[in-house]
Amino acid sequence: MSTAELSVPRGGAPAAAGGTSPPAHAQPRNGLRSWTRLLGSELRLMFRRWRNLALLGVLVVLPVVLGIGLRVSMPHGGGGGGGGPGASFFAQLAGNGVFLSFLALTILLTLVLPLVVAVVAGDSIAGEAGTGTLRYLLTVPAGRTRLLAVKYVAVVIFGLAACLVVSAVSLIMGAILFPIGPVTLLSGTTVSLADGLLRLLYVTLYVAAGMAALAAIGLAISTLTEHPIGAIAAILVLAVGSEVADNVAQFAVIHPYLPTHFWLSFDSLLRAPIDTGSLLHGLLSFAVYIVIFGSFAWARFTSADVTS
Amino acid sequence: MSPHQVSPDQASPGQAGTGEASADQEDSAAPVTRQEAARPEAPARPEAAGQEAPPGADPPAIVTTGLTKRFRSGQLAVDGIDMLVPRGSVYGFLGPNGSGKTTTIRMLLGLVYPTQGSHALLGVPMPAGTVQVLPRVGSLVEGPAFYPQLSGWDNLARVDAADRTADPRTAKKRITTALDRVGLLAAKKKHYRAYSLGMKQRLAIAASLLQPRELIILDEPTNGLDPQGTREVRGLIREIATDGITVLVSSHLLAEVEQICTQVGVMRTGKLVFQGPLEELRARGAARIRVTTTEPSRAAEVLGKLGLADVSAGDGEATATLGDQAPEQITRELVYAGVPVAGLDTPRPSLEELFVGLTGEGFDVDG
Repeated sequence: MSTAELSVPRGGAPAAAGGTSPPAHAQPRNGLRSWTRLLGSELRLMFRRWRNLALLGVLVVLPVVLGIGLRVSMPHGGGGGGGGPGASFFAQLAGNGVFLSFLALTILLTLVLPLVVAVVAGDSIAGEAGTGTLRYLLTVPAGRTRLLAVKYVAVVIFGLAACLVVSAVSLIMGAILFPIGPVTLLSGTTVSLADGLLRLLYVTLYVAAGMAALAAIGLAISTLTEHPIGAIAAILVLAVGSEVADNVAQFAVIHPYLPTHFWLSFDSLLRAPIDTGSLLHGLLSFAVYIVIFGSFAWARFTSADVTS
Repeated sequence: MSPHQVSPDQASPGQAGTGEASADQEDSAAPVTRQEAARPEAPARPEAAGQEAPPGADPPAIVTTGLTKRFRSGQLAVDGIDMLVPRGSVYGFLGPNGSGKTTTIRMLLGLVYPTQGSHALLGVPMPAGTVQVLPRVGSLVEGPAFYPQLSGWDNLARVDAADRTADPRTAKKRITTALDRVGLLAAKKKHYRAYSLGMKQRLAIAASLLQPRELIILDEPTNGLDPQGTREVRGLIREIATDGITVLVSSHLLAEVEQICTQVGVMRTGKLVFQGPLEELRARGAARIRVTTTEPSRAAEVLGKLGLADVSAGDGEATATLGDQAPEQITRELVYAGVPVAGLDTPRPSLEELFVGLTGEGFDVDG
């Protein structure tokens, strides 16, 4: 049928791209380029939304407030009691500003970072469905699998950006408010500042990996509804519920299977030698969550009727 | 630029009579009778759609076979429809609100999966061929939907970015042309949320014109528009059709479709109750014969003798139901009988009456 195709005769018509004949233009162009173009469009949309920028703004403000608050209270309180990485970071902070980053990541990881990821992940499909733009994207056609993959990558990038913002802002605040120098690790060894910063980068990436796992769960939930608020709430309930369950000793049996269980395992990056075992365990857990919920999202999204 | 550039590659057998559209309305009854004879009781379903196309011809723009959608709620939204949209036609998809038009269109475009039946766009089976064929199909489904925080231009750029067949190097030019085509170039930087409903509607049409298309599907494109906007959109559709692009336009307004369409399909509670050229729908109405004469009672007498039903004599005219009699025969009889025939015509019920007859009065959504 390719030869007898109805060509568009008039130039005023939808602007044939340099005389492309229909069969030619129906062929997908350079695969990778078309993906990056859609991803670029997705990221522009995401990073230009006021709501998302406000979320990033919160991630800028909180470490600043945290740093100032700790600096002000520093002379009086010595090392905070109790266990957990938060407490030990707090003890280290007096000696080195770099630890403000670890402290900020730890604190924001309990609620604020999951909230940020929940918002963008929950909105990813449900938001498009809610406004009806989903049907326009799908009839373009964006391709359901391609759209879902691009959405996921964009959410992961946003989560990474959120983690980087927290690390960077608190690092700057730490440098301003506290002494900076060679970093004494949790295990007592002291490494150079450069090594300390490299470890901070690893920690940030690890936290972002945990957020990527949450993003996969969020994406799956987002394919179930056309109400983004509902999806966001569900993701948050899941994340917080998992954290609560992780803190109940009686649930110890299921702890390793909880999506949030390994989020804080990054403190092993702050020991020498690095306990790669628990790190890999954490990354494996994230990967499993990404595969399971990614598959679920794909199965659901490619088979669901779009009636919004 | 000829208005009826329709058909070198018509695949439809039913298309033949389209050209003589409005001609036979007033004068001679002959064409009407011929059509009646050709299709005494035209079946609502076209006979096995695809197979009739002569070999080598382009496949029809849209073919559906027993297309059915039963939603999980149990609601039967579309009930085994056999649709045939010939290439180059402007197909009016009519039906009251809730009759299944939008669900059908969603199925055509692969948004909703049918529970039974199959369909093909431009000869490509769907929904398997979605990615392959949809770049050649522009569409507007159930009203415009764009990102309110983006400008008209950015919204089109977004749509274009989603299209993997689109060449980013020509994006600027294509977006400009599309916006210009719908008269939105001046408002390209305005936020979508600041657009009027008519502008939103036109932006949606512009989105469907970003690429060269062979088929354009417009679902209620004039919904919510003022008369001015309606006229503009209608003009736009005519223009698109003039380019040789097949257009399917759904509407619950008959008047709208009547003015631009060559083919119609009428839905009622999920079923396609009529499909064919607009003239065929007209021809379906039971025609009456009206004799203008100075001696109506004698004329009525003759009509009665000929076996016509429902004969009545009025002021200066006599009427009766035409039935299957040939008007020329009746004319001859009248003249034989010495009735002074000043005029004779065969008026038919208006399209609206026919439409209401097909779809039921008012808003009876019993599906």
